[in-house]
Amino acid sequence: MAKIIMKGNEAVAKAAIIAGCRYFFGYPITPQNEVPEYLSRELFAAGGTFVQAESEVAAINMVYGAGSAGARVMTSSSSPGIALKQEGIGYCVAGEVPCVIVSMMRGGPGLGTIQPSQGDYNQATRGGANGDYHIPVLAPGSVQEAVDDVKEAFEIADCYRTPVIVVADGLIGQMMEPVELEKPVKTRNTAPKSTWAIGYGTREKPNTIENLVIDAPACEQKNIRFFKEKYAVIEQNEVKYEEYMMDDSEYAFVAYGTTSRIVRNAVNELREKGYKIGLIKPRTLWPFPQVPFQNKKIKKFLVAEMSMGQMVYDVQLAVGDKEKVTFYGRCGGIIPTPEECAEYAEKVMGGGQ
Amino acid sequence: MITDDKRVRIITGHYGSGKTEFAVNYATILVRLSDRKLAFADMDIVNVYFRSREVRKEIMALGIRMIDSSANTSADLPAVPAEAFAPFEDKNYDYIIDLGGNDIGTNVLGRYKKFINSEETDFFMVVNVFRPDTMNVEKILKVKEQLENTSGLKVTGFVNNSNLVRETKSENILLGDEIISEASRITGIPIKYTTYVEEVVLDMTSEIKAKLSGEVIAMKYFMREPWM
Repeated sequence: MAKIIMKGNEAVAKAAIIAGCRYFFGYPITPQNEVPEYLSRELFAAGGTFVQAESEVAAINMVYGAGSAGARVMTSSSSPGIALKQEGIGYCVAGEVPCVIVSMMRGGPGLGTIQPSQGDYNQATRGGANGDYHIPVLAPGSVQEAVDDVKEAFEIADCYRTPVIVVADGLIGQMMEPVELEKPVKTRNTAPKSTWAIGYGTREKPNTIENLVIDAPACEQKNIRFFKEKYAVIEQNEVKYEEYMMDDSEYAFVAYGTTSRIVRNAVNELREKGYKIGLIKPRTLWPFPQVPFQNKKIKKFLVAEMSMGQMVYDVQLAVGDKEKVTFYGRCGGIIPTPEECAEYAEKVMGGGQ
Repeated sequence: MITDDKRVRIITGHYGSGKTEFAVNYATILVRLSDRKLAFADMDIVNVYFRSREVRKEIMALGIRMIDSSANTSADLPAVPAEAFAPFEDKNYDYIIDLGGNDIGTNVLGRYKKFINSEETDFFMVVNVFRPDTMNVEKILKVKEQLENTSGLKVTGFVNNSNLVRETKSENILLGDEIISEASRITGIPIKYTTYVEEVVLDMTSEIKAKLSGEVIAMKYFMREPWM
């Protein structure tokens, strides 16, 4: 299909419809407003249901309900709005309710700024809900990747019966880029709804979604099952990353989302000067890629983020040697330039061309 | 010629059609060709990023009077300052107004209605046929009607800004020309300008330019960083 131009947020919304999402519950917040704006018009036209809830808390609980009934359902928000949703996200985890949560990050903490940021890496990968859990987190770096990730997020959500977060900085949401909407994504096996979704059981054996596990040994067993049967399999199957100019590299930038684009330009600039530097771009933040960090040729991993440094800890864990990991970041809505990233890298490399 | 357009130029169009990029480029060309004073107003109350007020410094460096949000540049709810009235009244000024997208973006003109004289105003509609809502004649005409209804102004010229950002080829612009020309034929509204970004459309030739409608403007990106 021919390409068209879409704004990231619109493309995210359109991708959800293409993926079969017919339910959206949300509450407005900049810089993701075009997602609900688009869906309020187009989801209805596609025969779906759009509700602007009275709050983010209400919206995520509507997601819990629709997901429990086996529907493909999505909500989206930005930083403080995602903070509000945390309790409900935890309930979706515990109830094994498939759903997709789009998080268009802005500068924080608190109300902060509406300008783009990556300060919610920890919020997405660690989460603010209670208990032991993981959520798959996909991190697009372009409008096309945002489209692909939203579609794939529904597949992952259904396959593992889990919430999936698509996390991007506000710039991805606001940027106009060419996209191919119908590009297919990998499909996955899913359990038939008759085995779990509310309304799909039988009169004798109705399906239920349960959060309360009052018996301690049973609650422990549930946790163990999640980690052994769900999270271990996701870690096995769902890791995604990209490498750029890494074949002969002695240094590697590590960046995701918008920062990966900026750093890519810095890599080009540094390559012209003769530096052997490349880029590792995680496409999933949980599960976090491990393989690219086992590369023994790399003298230093230069993590760049639009935050005070959050992914850097995952990189340290993956590399296994703190000394090899350095960090450069801008935050609070400031976008770094390729020039400042290149200048930082030159300092780290100390003229090691 | 850009200098032959009416004194007040209002740049409108569908959301994401490239109005701001066109308006800023237009201003930089006009200020070079004209001895008259020039004011540029960012009246975009729709977008939260990619607003012309972000290139305020570059615009002012050219000697253009920049009028933009009296609140903070990155504010969610920008305020159009009282100063925006001045160039409507002061005929020594040429005036370029960069609106937000769609009929919602056009709403802001309501408060200037008394000051807008259609005799001295061009209302240019920027079109990118690769945007889903303006990808065919029917849709373009629908958007045109919405813009006219909220503004009370008639579109006086189309701007063919058809592009796929950094993937644009001259054939994309020619396709835009074909579609918008049909809209032009139906409405009698001329295609005043066709744009292309010089560093992107590498297969642009003088033969192709000759086939394009209106004045062909070579643009550069003001709103888009090299990594975007």
